Amino acid sequence: MTIALSQFNEVRLDRVSREFGALNALRDVSLTIQRREFIALLGPSGCGKSTTLNCIAGLLPVTGGAIWLDKNRIDTLRPEERGFGMVFQNYALFPHLNVRQNIGFGLKMRGVPKAEINRKVNEALSLVRLQGQENKLPGQLSGGQQQRVAIARAIVIEPPLVLMDEPLSNLDAKLRLEMRAEIRRIHNELGATTIYVTHDQDEALSLADRIVVLRDGVVRQVGTPKELYEAPAHLDVADFMGFRNKLKGTVVSVEGGRALLDVEGSRISGVARETLSVGSTAYAAIRPDDLVLGEAGGNALKVKVDTIEYRGREFVGTAHSEGGLDFVFRSHQPVDIGSTIHLRADDERVLVFAEPIKGRA
Amino acid sequence: MEALAPTTRLEHGPNLRQRLAAKGFDAVTLLVVPAAIFSLLLFVYPFAFGFILSFEPKNGGWLANYQRFFSDSYLYDTIANTLWLSIPVTLLNLLLAVPISFRVRLMRRQRLLTTILVLPITLGTVLVAEGLLNYLGPQGWFNRTLMTFGLIDQPLRLVHNYWGVFASLLITGFPFTFLLTLSYVTGIDPALEQAAATLGASAWQRFLHIYLPLLMPGFAITFCLSFVQAFSVFPSAVLLGEPAGSTRVISIAAYQAAFEEYDYSMASAVAMIMGFVQLGIVVLVLASRGLFYRGPASGAKG
Repeated sequence: MTIALSQFNEVRLDRVSREFGALNALRDVSLTIQRREFIALLGPSGCGKSTTLNCIAGLLPVTGGAIWLDKNRIDTLRPEERGFGMVFQNYALFPHLNVRQNIGFGLKMRGVPKAEINRKVNEALSLVRLQGQENKLPGQLSGGQQQRVAIARAIVIEPPLVLMDEPLSNLDAKLRLEMRAEIRRIHNELGATTIYVTHDQDEALSLADRIVVLRDGVVRQVGTPKELYEAPAHLDVADFMGFRNKLKGTVVSVEGGRALLDVEGSRISGVARETLSVGSTAYAAIRPDDLVLGEAGGNALKVKVDTIEYRGREFVGTAHSEGGLDFVFRSHQPVDIGSTIHLRADDERVLVFAEPIKGRA
Repeated sequence: MEALAPTTRLEHGPNLRQRLAAKGFDAVTLLVVPAAIFSLLLFVYPFAFGFILSFEPKNGGWLANYQRFFSDSYLYDTIANTLWLSIPVTLLNLLLAVPISFRVRLMRRQRLLTTILVLPITLGTVLVAEGLLNYLGPQGWFNRTLMTFGLIDQPLRLVHNYWGVFASLLITGFPFTFLLTLSYVTGIDPALEQAAATLGASAWQRFLHIYLPLLMPGFAITFCLSFVQAFSVFPSAVLLGEPAGSTRVISIAAYQAAFEEYDYSMASAVAMIMGFVQLGIVVLVLASRGLFYRGPASGAKG
């Protein structure tokens, strides 16, 4: 393997801000990325994840803060001077150049001798498993192949950092899974450092070493997939991590990291994830997997079943309570639509969050 | 499906209407009739009429008009005169339109600027010509300003010659060239330029390797349409040029044949020659498009 990525120790974002007119697209984003890490920027659309990536790539100027590559400040450099490889959401392959020319473009711009361009392009082609396609135009390739060309084009310039902006969102579900594995394989084989933007938490959880959850231009939580999945720090992070049931209630008591909520007259107890004060509004977040059919009593709520879907190994149902709370739950046995049931959750599996501050956190 | 269809249908096959519909002809096709009649009456018929008329000269054989045109330098020079005006003007317009389009593409108040730039189209050639006569004339602002600042002693001769017509064609032709160019430039996915930038291409390299090849087919079309407009120059060649000399363009020759010599047959011959010269240039330019990539200018199938 002669594609040897430039070596460095860390990329550091220091209170990076980006304003669009009056709007703050990014606010004080600080983040340190170690060499060989695979970082996923995760968040809903408009959260600033693509803006962050574009700021790192140099496609958008930052309006505050600085970006450092080891001891060099890079946020003042033009994108062509930074030399980061970027994979675009729509691939942005040059339609008039064939696969070989597309991949070799960056090397040609650097004035690399022809023989070496050829050698490196061949290597990149074999890395993304596209041998035999090199003389085709992008328009003659399938979506997955275009994706591979885009990746090859970004890595062949041997960038210190590979940036990927939702690279899988234009592919169908099966191909997405395949390419997901491919991206991780290429990352590992090259020993690359990758920043990967996605709104799909499955992608982030399966690919990344660390996940950065963004919302409204602010970093909400940084952690390993396991940390985020098991211990989301805020309600919106929990929402992203599959806590689809958010039960609004009032804090009755807080003791030893546990909180007791009053939800529509029923008592729900769970693990307090944020500072809570008695009498304030809070949310109990529960995954559908953890919400099971049960008896009336502790940590249970009475609901009416709205829909029930067969999913092979289990059933997934939706229901609502008298007070209008919506529920998603799983069940091993079918339940009649319209019937009244009790749903309960183990208090170890319930996370309690404070009410999110309206507007910007 | 066929097994369920009535047996009679199977025996006779689809009827005429269905067979036509399968080939793209149905009642909707009839909507093309008014347009077809329109172009038949206003384009095809006059063209055919003029074509035939050009071979029925007042005296001499059926090619007499063409023989006369190509043996009289006063007549055949008009081709060179017209080309000498229209090709440089078209090229310069295109050359100006490209950087301006690239700048306008990035602007927020694009509509306002576009409106201002397009305004000359609405003015009409005669108004522009009259304006230029005053502005660029020996007593016009332009010359007087230059003389006031002592940059020149004698007024520059800018009207009633080649440059007067040149300026007029530039002003009236630019908006059209610009609008077409802008539409081609904005049609290119900006992600392509961004991708090229992240791959290390400087602004000039991005233009040279990405934009230019993708824009060439569009430029060819723009050139052809702008050229045809400039080639049929008439009012400004008369008003701002020297219609008996360097700006005696081919349309003036046609006009004189028709309305001074009352020789419609000769006038038709001149018009035919004019048409074939235009056609020749257009075919040449469009054929050269084949040298360039002509597919969609976006980065992916979508």
